[in-house]
Amino acid sequence: MLQGAALPEVKAENTRSITGSDLLLDALEREGVEVIFGYPGGAVLPIYDKIYSSKILHVLPRHEQGGIHAAEGYARISGKPGVVIATSGPGATNIVTGLADAMMDSLPLVVFTGQVATGVIGTDAFQEADVLGITTPITKYNYQVRKAEDIPKIVKEAFYIASSGRPGPVLIDIPKDIAAAPAEMQEEAEIHLPGYQPTKHPNYLQIRKLIEAVSKAKKPVILAGAGVLHAKAMHALKAYAEQQKLPVIHTLLGLGGFPAEHPLFIGMAGMHGCYTANMALSQCDLLINIGARFDDRLTGNLKHFAPHASVAHIDIDPAEIGKNVETLIPIVADAKEALQELVNGEGKPPVHDEWMKQLEEWQEEFPYHYDQTSLEVKPQKAMELIHSFTNGEAIVVTDVGQHQMWAAQYYRFNEANRWVTSGGLGTMGFGLPASIGAQLADPKRNVIAVLGDGGFQMCTQELAVIREMNLPIKIVVLNNQALGMVRQWQEIFYDSRFSHSKFSSQPSFVKLAEAYDIKGVLIDTKEQAENELKHLLTCNEPVLIDLRIDPNENVFPMIAPGKGLHEMEGVKP
Amino acid sequence: MRRIICLTVMNRPGVLNRVTNLFSKRNYNIESISVGHSELEGMSRITCVIHVEDEKASEQITKQLNKQIDVIKVTDITDQSIVARELALIKVQSTPQTRNELYSLIEPFRASVIDVSKESMVIQITGESEKIEAFIELISPYGIKELARTGTTAFPRGTQRSAPPKQVSIL
Ligand SMILES: Cc1ncc(C[n+]2csc(CCOP(=O)(O)OP(=O)(O)O)c2C)c(N)n1
Ligand SMILES: [Mg+2]
Repeated sequence: MLQGAALPEVKAENTRSITGSDLLLDALEREGVEVIFGYPGGAVLPIYDKIYSSKILHVLPRHEQGGIHAAEGYARISGKPGVVIATSGPGATNIVTGLADAMMDSLPLVVFTGQVATGVIGTDAFQEADVLGITTPITKYNYQVRKAEDIPKIVKEAFYIASSGRPGPVLIDIPKDIAAAPAEMQEEAEIHLPGYQPTKHPNYLQIRKLIEAVSKAKKPVILAGAGVLHAKAMHALKAYAEQQKLPVIHTLLGLGGFPAEHPLFIGMAGMHGCYTANMALSQCDLLINIGARFDDRLTGNLKHFAPHASVAHIDIDPAEIGKNVETLIPIVADAKEALQELVNGEGKPPVHDEWMKQLEEWQEEFPYHYDQTSLEVKPQKAMELIHSFTNGEAIVVTDVGQHQMWAAQYYRFNEANRWVTSGGLGTMGFGLPASIGAQLADPKRNVIAVLGDGGFQMCTQELAVIREMNLPIKIVVLNNQALGMVRQWQEIFYDSRFSHSKFSSQPSFVKLAEAYDIKGVLIDTKEQAENELKHLLTCNEPVLIDLRIDPNENVFPMIAPGKGLHEMEGVKP
Repeated sequence: MRRIICLTVMNRPGVLNRVTNLFSKRNYNIESISVGHSELEGMSRITCVIHVEDEKASEQITKQLNKQIDVIKVTDITDQSIVARELALIKVQSTPQTRNELYSLIEPFRASVIDVSKESMVIQITGESEKIEAFIELISPYGIKELARTGTTAFPRGTQRSAPPKQVSIL
């Protein structure tokens, strides 16, 4: 890694002058970038020439979409911005899904796209696309570089914007001639963003109000979202919940922010959340939202959401407060700072024995359930086995669909940065590439990619990267030979008219893995799963497990569209 | 309800695109938008007139605008004491017979005639939108051939009569 203002190493045979691309790589090194997920092409050739002699690890996905999802997985686990490079035109349009996904789930990315030379921009030149226009609504910010000298400043601003406040993707479009233009190395750049000053410190009066409200509450509950993870506020959350004896509910994306085995943990709420969590939200009198955005999959019908509650909302993004749910105590702040203030306030804890007793009774009476006697592999059983064989300590990455919900329900996360899933956008194809980024961010930890047979086929090509880099990722395809979540909705809401949701034929996933020189294993009985999974999940090489599950299994509980959280179906066997 | 929102923004490429994109992305209904340089170098001023359902919606718009990196300041000035002006150019049919009549309508509105030809004349009028609308209605029987309006541009008066400006964000 380069130190200070040192120039990038110029190889002996490379006597060409310093260019915009040198400034770019220098800026990346100054930001401490460890890995770039990139795919070359005409417009980024000048940049790739410099990457050739750079010390930063470069990962070549087999599709730009795979590259950007890998960068998201990296960002999610490392907490640092994921870096992506794509060429102009089709390279840039291939990353659109990943940008939208990162925008929705507030993941920090810094994405570079090549652009045609400045002289031909606007002429429909070969591989030209209006990348700024296309990406404006799905980036936190975007730039087009006009002068090579601006690169250091722009890169520095981009990393700052991507990773501060509410994180998100920032895109930098670099015309080819700018990347190749002669330029001079510069001193440390200074950023200038007068319109961007995220509020980190909470308003004292609002904190007092919340402390007061907590002390008077009879049925208080905390709803903790991914904001807790972004702010690294796990310890502060635990300290606060324990000090005030407040029960904690998680959103899908918040899992791991509070230990699942903690006596104060209730579970996940939302469309497929647990009974107790959804009932607690429906009946609480004080709802303390920390870093969640009251997404519709969490709230159900807003008319019935938390009807008896005063709502307090801690969020770094003021626009989220009051957006969906009327809020009595708004606290614009970094979750960690706000929680620390709350702990320091040493308020009087609520008197809420009856409420806690009620929650406990619900927990006992209405746990997640499935048919444990079945000889087929029930997906829930599979997730329980995966949990126990990895001691609950693995990083679990999922795709989107039923398997995602089973993973969220049955893998009990006790720590942060163990859970990677596409929540807001619900992007199929996310899981496999995201697991690559997750593994690179935490090379020593066991990474389990829990995928559906549908979504696995959307980015399968990234198996090549897993082999090439020898990443010991365990790919578990929960194979129900269907687009299970779609099939479930058609069964329940469309009178079992299974329109294009069942695969009539499928490739052999085992052979497919073998074609990539990855070990592939088919498991189709419960007994086999119990006997073989442990070894497969703990070995030190990549493995693909084609796990045949009961194709008719549905995810429960479930809240039908338009229904309130208290109107769950499938609560009891 | 109709709201007038004033923005001070960094004069960077793409900033107008980001602002208008936000309106369409969030399904907000814009009546007009006017942009130009401000007194500060490198900063522009945007005045948007929007139609929203309630105060909550306008608060949400204000917050979303405020969140944009290039937006320095956002104020919903609807409830303040403000000066708001719009300019319209109207090309109206006129014959020697109707010309005098038209002049008599123009005068009380303090509009002015800036071009005259055999069959038409171009009238320039400035004022609040209501005044412009009233004038357009008045002269439309003569036959409007072309009409261009700039949209409202506005800011608060030096002295505020009533309540202090509405707090935009809850900090
Ligand atoms: C890119 C994309 N296309 C379509 C969908 C809609 N969708 C949501 S879940 C799902 C089924 C996923 O099937 P599979 O990957 O096999 O997972 P399962 O539900 O069977 O566990 C579909 C099609 C989506 N989320 N993303
Ligand atoms: Mg499936």
